[in-house]
Amino acid sequence: MFNNFFHKLASPKYFYRIAGAWIPWLAATCLLLFLAGLYYGLVVAPPDYQQGESYRIMFVHVPAAWMSMFIYMVMAVTGGIGLVWRMKLAEVIAISSAPIGASFTFLALVTGSFWGRPMWGTWWVWDARLTSELILLFLYLGVIALHGAIEDRRNAARAVAILALVGVINIPIIHYSVEWWNTLHQGPTVTKFDKPSIHISMLIPLLLMALAFKLYYAFVVLMRARCEVLERERSTGWVRELAEAK
Amino acid sequence: MNLTEFLHMGGYAFYVWTSYGIALLILLANVVLPLRQRRKLLTDIARTARRARRET
Repeated sequence: MFNNFFHKLASPKYFYRIAGAWIPWLAATCLLLFLAGLYYGLVVAPPDYQQGESYRIMFVHVPAAWMSMFIYMVMAVTGGIGLVWRMKLAEVIAISSAPIGASFTFLALVTGSFWGRPMWGTWWVWDARLTSELILLFLYLGVIALHGAIEDRRNAARAVAILALVGVINIPIIHYSVEWWNTLHQGPTVTKFDKPSIHISMLIPLLLMALAFKLYYAFVVLMRARCEVLERERSTGWVRELAEAK
Repeated sequence: MNLTEFLHMGGYAFYVWTSYGIALLILLANVVLPLRQRRKLLTDIARTARRARRET
């Protein structure tokens, strides 16, 4: 039964319908999590003993930065699956992830800047963490540009997958940059093998926001994937019927 | 805590609210853009289908 589900999911028509049914539920859950996260992050959590209220930028900065790397991995893995098994849906997910990943990377960089300015006294430093995250943004932009430059969508997906896979090398560099090099950026306080050194009152909103961002990505990538499916299948009967029924 | 104090963010209002504002804009854009794209695509596909029928 499980196998059958995946088989059907691989059919663009079925995927289009199922994704359309999931999107509202994912979006509603995401909205609730965002509201809870904002409430606990902006109202309930106490000010930081060193950074005062400015640390509240963390609740958008850290989830955005986590997602920038997570989405890249999704893009590389689905791209790889598309490359090896020629699975159309994997190609669709890979290319639909790129603009979302790029926007999260941009968000992580900008909010980082707005946090760095009052805390470090500078908008930007060319240190390992910031520079490797900037390279991630360029990788995403490269993927988008490359996809746009190749007319045939399946060839474009292959080229994009190769670029995405090569760029995976940047992900551990971003993650370990704060340990491998001296940097202004603080070390991890959640994603480490020890007990998190962040207080529970700040950890709860952070995790709520992180979960909200995950769900957000899930429904937004499905929205984009549906568009990509329509574009690819535009000459098929079911897409024409769907378009004319509107 | 009153509202003025909340909005003031201990003197970091500019940095905190700009960050949240940009986050909101980006999150909204990622929802609106695919919605608009889908609508445009469907109209476009329907037009092409009608034209193809007329020509045959």
